Amino acid sequence: MNFIDEFRDKESILALKKLIKKEVKSPINIMEICGGHTHSIMKYALPSILPKEINFIHGPGCPVCVMPRERIDTAIKLASMSNSIFCTLGDLLRVPGSENSLLDLRAKGADVRALYTPLEVLEIAKQNPSKNIIFFAIGFETTTPMSALLLEKVIEQNLKNAFFHINHISVPEPIEAIMSDENVKINAFLGPSHVSVITGCGIYVPLAAKFKTPIAVSGFEPVDILESVLNIVRQINENKSQVFNQYKRAVSEKGNVKAQNLVKKYFEKCDFEFRGLGLIKNGGLRLKDEFSAFDASKKFDCAVQSKNESKACICGQILRGLAKPYDCKVFGKACTPKSPIGSCMVSGEGACAAYYKYSKVNA
Amino acid sequence: MKNISLAHGGGGEEMSELLNKVFKLFDNEILSATNDAAILGNLALSTDSFVLSPVILDDEINIGKLCVCGSINDVLMVGAKPKYLSLGLILEEGLEIQKLEIILKSIKEECDKCSVMLVCGDTKVVPKGKGDEIYINTTALGEIIAKKETKNIKAGLSVLVSGDIGRHGASVLIKRNNLEASIKSDCKALDKEVLELLENGVKVVAMRDATRGGLSAVLNEWAKQSGNDFLIFEEKIKIQDEVLGLCELFGYEPYELANEGTFILCVEKEDEIKALEILQKYNENASIIGEVLEEKKARVILQNAYGAKRFLESPKGELLPRIC
Repeated sequence: MNFIDEFRDKESILALKKLIKKEVKSPINIMEICGGHTHSIMKYALPSILPKEINFIHGPGCPVCVMPRERIDTAIKLASMSNSIFCTLGDLLRVPGSENSLLDLRAKGADVRALYTPLEVLEIAKQNPSKNIIFFAIGFETTTPMSALLLEKVIEQNLKNAFFHINHISVPEPIEAIMSDENVKINAFLGPSHVSVITGCGIYVPLAAKFKTPIAVSGFEPVDILESVLNIVRQINENKSQVFNQYKRAVSEKGNVKAQNLVKKYFEKCDFEFRGLGLIKNGGLRLKDEFSAFDASKKFDCAVQSKNESKACICGQILRGLAKPYDCKVFGKACTPKSPIGSCMVSGEGACAAYYKYSKVNA
Repeated sequence: MKNISLAHGGGGEEMSELLNKVFKLFDNEILSATNDAAILGNLALSTDSFVLSPVILDDEINIGKLCVCGSINDVLMVGAKPKYLSLGLILEEGLEIQKLEIILKSIKEECDKCSVMLVCGDTKVVPKGKGDEIYINTTALGEIIAKKETKNIKAGLSVLVSGDIGRHGASVLIKRNNLEASIKSDCKALDKEVLELLENGVKVVAMRDATRGGLSAVLNEWAKQSGNDFLIFEEKIKIQDEVLGLCELFGYEPYELANEGTFILCVEKEDEIKALEILQKYNENASIIGEVLEEKKARVILQNAYGAKRFLESPKGELLPRIC
């Protein structure tokens, strides 16, 4: 047992497929909140083995996809400052701002570094005492504790040259916003298990009750997803709307309280402009006033003039579950991972990237 | 494409775009054959430059071993026996002499093991900060035994891989990020197994070592070059658990990770078992992974264990870890 093989086991997958096919009675639109689920669904080609009644809809749970251009432009401005080392996680490097991306900036000589863990900032700050080290803090509940831990270490180690460009966001609020849109036809959700490792699966209980939709907190392997789909089918057949914790191997009701407390110590809720969804009340987090000395937006001039998103790109509708990547006129043509127009094609967790990578010829 | 980015060195689509658009000025029949080595009558010639950070991965593998194996393997891939090697060194001011000695010792050992003679060389030193300790260029010259060209790939061939994949890329990632794992690079010269295949008359049609861009880049290049679809059975591709675990952690595809001692072969169907038996003498994870289809859409189709199919795309961009 290695915690991978058994969740990709052929016999289990075929057995679950058979049960879903046997038990599904009507079409079910399941929104996978998280981009990681979208990628798993496409990577393991699950739609091709499931009955046509099961319709997966991509949700807003990719932190790169929902970042408005202005925040990317701010990052680019901070990274362009002559005395800065700009540190970022993963594929944010590729996301196009109004004029260019962090990757373009790095190719022109800016000191932009992709980190594997935020704590790398500590060493970089110590080795470069005369420079401003700016960390692009981004992500949902999964990554916020890492930013909080980094800040705690920065304070403990009395580092005066480490700053944060804060872009942390939260899952329940955008989901509530989506469900409040009368055009949206969602019957159930796949909840991101890694978020729930931190928050606990309890955070979904009010949503499931309010909108009468089952929510299965699911792992990312094919057996996890199919088991969650089967539970959703059964809940719908029985007219239930409960939170099902499929990922019991890591998710508890209350989650990681230590991590939650760490976040509460440094962050407070704020309204946040989500790309494609608009301003969402309490959808984001910012540093508490007492820690504003570490806030890059307070320390440096962050004013930017951002260009509007391309009109051809329908990322906004995709993120609200109103369209699929194939519905976009520029998908796979003007917009590809190599020359992306919208961040849904840029991010490793974006819906368009997943559809393009694994099944673009079906478009 | 206005500036060179790291993606242009990744062995994926950006690199091929650079070669097709910017390097087109050198176009000639030999170069455009896009084999791993140039075929010049009965000689094969291949040049490669090596950058590796850190330059010493472990007790056995460093940039020295890598630079010999890399060039030798390229010559082997066109069906030639490597004979001579040139060595160009660019050293950064401040490099420890002891480190240089370790690297040169590896070069000597690897050349001796493969009966390859180092016949010319060059050394330059650049100021501190203008290099990454050491850059090495090697050129290998070999004598063709049985010419293998990727242009001969056609429908009906079996596709084999000589071992498990992704270990070199994973070992570099681990070393760079100070992670604890026992993954060892697969870096090695492939002379023994390739020569045994050729000397036993196995009907090998084409070979390519799966370096930057990994298995995925090789299969996609072959699909584009031949125009044929490739059907690959995912469960036949062997990947070490630790390599797979690292990919899960960072969100990488193991098929895109670099290898330095693993190659892909297209062989006539009738000889697939014979080829497999020879390859398995050198690596028990060698496997028949798929076949070249009649259909001419130039796609690489990955079929998983439960029968669902998806595409295996050519690597794009720089390998970057996912956010969460």
